[in-house]
Amino acid sequence: MKLAGARILLECLKMEGVDTVFGYPGGTVINIFDELYSFPEIRNILPRHEQAGVHAADGYARASGKVGVAIATSGPGATNTVTGIATAYMDSIPLVVITGQVPTALIGNDAFQEVDIIGITRPCTKHNFLVKNVKELAGIVKKAFYIARTGRPGPVLIDLPKDVQVAVTEFKYPDKVEIKGYKPTIEGHPKQVEKAASMLLSARKPVIYVGGGVVLGNAAAELRKLAETLHAPVTTTLMGLGSFPEDSPLSLGLLGMHGTFYANMAVTECDLLVAVGARFDDRVTGKIPAFAPHAKIIHMDVDPTSIRKNVRVDLPIVGAVQDVLTKLNAFLEERRDAVESFRKSIKPWLAQIEGWKAKQPMGFKESAQVIKPQFVIRKLRELSAPDAIIATDVGQHQMWTAQFFTFTSPRTLLSSGGLGTMGYGLPAAMGAQAAFPERQVIAVCGDGGFQMNLQEIATLVQNRLPVKVCVLNNNYLGMVRQWQELFFSKRYSQTVLDLPIDFVKLAEAFGATGFTAAKPDEVEETIRKGFSTPGPVIMEFKIDREEKVLPMVPAGASLNEMVLAS
Amino acid sequence: MRHTITVLVENEFGVLSRVAGLFSGRGFNIDSLSVAPTNEDSISRMTIVTRGDEQILEQITKHLNKLIDVIKVIDFTDGSAVEREMALVKVTAEDDNRAEVLRIADIFRAKVIDVTPKSYTIEVTGSPSKVDAILELLRPLGLKELVRTGPVAIGRGAKGWKG
Ligand SMILES: Cc1cc2nc3c(=O)[nH]c(=O)nc-3n(C[C@H](O)[C@H](O)[C@H](O)COP(=O)(O)OP(=O)(O)OC[C@H]3O[C@@H](n4cnc5c(N)ncnc54)[C@H](O)[C@@H]3O)c2cc1C
Ligand SMILES: Cc1ncc(C[n+]2csc(CCOP(=O)(O)OP(=O)(O)O)c2C)c(N)n1
Ligand SMILES: [Mg+2]
Repeated sequence: MKLAGARILLECLKMEGVDTVFGYPGGTVINIFDELYSFPEIRNILPRHEQAGVHAADGYARASGKVGVAIATSGPGATNTVTGIATAYMDSIPLVVITGQVPTALIGNDAFQEVDIIGITRPCTKHNFLVKNVKELAGIVKKAFYIARTGRPGPVLIDLPKDVQVAVTEFKYPDKVEIKGYKPTIEGHPKQVEKAASMLLSARKPVIYVGGGVVLGNAAAELRKLAETLHAPVTTTLMGLGSFPEDSPLSLGLLGMHGTFYANMAVTECDLLVAVGARFDDRVTGKIPAFAPHAKIIHMDVDPTSIRKNVRVDLPIVGAVQDVLTKLNAFLEERRDAVESFRKSIKPWLAQIEGWKAKQPMGFKESAQVIKPQFVIRKLRELSAPDAIIATDVGQHQMWTAQFFTFTSPRTLLSSGGLGTMGYGLPAAMGAQAAFPERQVIAVCGDGGFQMNLQEIATLVQNRLPVKVCVLNNNYLGMVRQWQELFFSKRYSQTVLDLPIDFVKLAEAFGATGFTAAKPDEVEETIRKGFSTPGPVIMEFKIDREEKVLPMVPAGASLNEMVLAS
Repeated sequence: MRHTITVLVENEFGVLSRVAGLFSGRGFNIDSLSVAPTNEDSISRMTIVTRGDEQILEQITKHLNKLIDVIKVIDFTDGSAVEREMALVKVTAEDDNRAEVLRIADIFRAKVIDVTPKSYTIEVTGSPSKVDAILELLRPLGLKELVRTGPVAIGRGAKGWKG
């Protein structure tokens, strides 16, 4: 049977198992939304801004591991998606973003609401497609999903001109994809993995440095097995948090700019650094020549361009972490005696690390007068469900969440790490809640970033998505203020948000519920009330305004030159 | 160090801007780039001359390989390829130096392809260094205009790029 392009698109989404899309209508996508009536299995959640729609698709993808889907109209709808796409690109999140486009005959004519979104998104998508003929449409959608989710995942954009949505053709969804130039290496080379096993077993001061690749590649179980077999300490990046239980004695927590004293000391002193799906970001390495200066480096990554991009590597292993770690665990299994003596020989190293932990544990100065943000985060952990999903915005509150929440399972922290996009937290939580209606989903926001996408409270209420939003209100663009305090002699240029906002009224204006806490002894009760109130809730915590995120490695300094909490 | 890289790409819409955008976006140099279709319908071939240290070249080839439309990348720096480039050169040629221009062209087996009372336009083909050499000799006589294709390269020996 012949179908129109718009119909074919939705048939393809259905074939891909898409159950939720985040789409915003407009002239060039009316046909697609009209066809939605025939697809009860696909739910559209209407955001209030296309940027939020893409962040929601991203939150949906991070929480569920599936490909997130967003739809926007041409021109301004398409440009509004760009920040969302770039956010997903930097953190390797699988998305398919569909934009309407002016009819093919008008492309290039500066037609109404025409923009070259293919050109604009070329550097921030894994790949993008302009569909010029309806006959290509099904094949392109198939390829788009395949490219988005395989290898190093990432966002793919499909630009779909209006006339192609109307044109008809025979619909057949291809069962196989064949792309000549795209063959990601999934299997790690056994010889390389064997070498890694030997290097590990001859190390005396090993550290396993774990990144987002373990979350993306669903390899938390394999990682845990490796660490527990070897009794080797594990530190994670912001993106890796949750892939290794932070309540394990082997966990060193976060490393890097706002990492723990002991993680950064261990990396500085180690003789072998095993990077697992991490990309040596400058927030992690600090000054490169002083990064792990005594260590041999093993780097496992599915993307060859991540390897030797920023640091020298002694043993590269290209492949998916799940495959590589499974092989590595098998090699170690065969060498039980060597593993046994390895465990003995690294005891002094573990003791040295315990010394660092005892000397500078993660902590903060508690107060009975003013709410400490770290205290709020600890209370959130204590009072939330064990499988709660936490989305953060960007700034100080994001780092306090990373430092103090104690993440224990993958896909429970959703945070914009690579792009650091303010405004991400609330819509990402919305997407996660759409993926898991029954789980507890919490957004931790600053007062600044919350205001960048607060219109989505409307979407939460309308779609009965009971996200609990915690606003850590310092009336500052706190992270920038912290830099101004430390490096610009406290000249707080344009970081003071001195308008007192009534968050309770704000919530009520949208039909949500609001609570506010101004004193430490109100924190627990506010959280309890917030969690037990049905529907979306905004909880405001008036926190110590000038609290800093510490430890901190100043930009360009080496990891052992931390500013510590006093 | 100078590298000559061959990139086989799908003849897809926008593939040239993907490759060019990769170089500009990541701060890699392009000295020259030439591109045209091959004997296979859907495949075009680019020859890119770039420079950088070993680590940068490794990143360039890896990033090219990562582009979905790129089928194969070959770095010919080890001398395993024959390189040829063509240049069209418009040279001032008036009474006193007309014969000199022709003599130089002759030595390099270059062809005169357009003549006016005041100029010769010369076509020269050869390795990039040969083209450099003739230009060096012609320059003092007055170069009015120069266009170079940038080199194209093909591997030595019996094997094609597919092996
Ligand atoms: C205000 C702020 C402060 C920050 N401070 C810190 C900080 O102190 N510490 C910190 O760590 N980060 C910090 N970040 C985050 C930082 O900017 C980076 O986003 C983060 O360090 C990158 O994490 P990653 O190395 O795990 O890489 P990711 O971006 O998660 O990349 C994953 C890597 O794994 C690879 N990969 C993907 N899938 C697989 C697979 N299946 N198999 C194998 N490999 C795979 C990818 O190719 C990639 O190389 C901060 C961000 C902000 C906004
Ligand atoms: C879209 C965007 N604009 C600007 C920045 C720079 N920036 C990073 S953190 C920050 C302050 C965030 O303030 P707030 O949301 O109140 O969080 P806080 O740091 O106070 O917890 C700013 C402005 C950014 N990361 N993203
Ligand atoms: Mg703030």
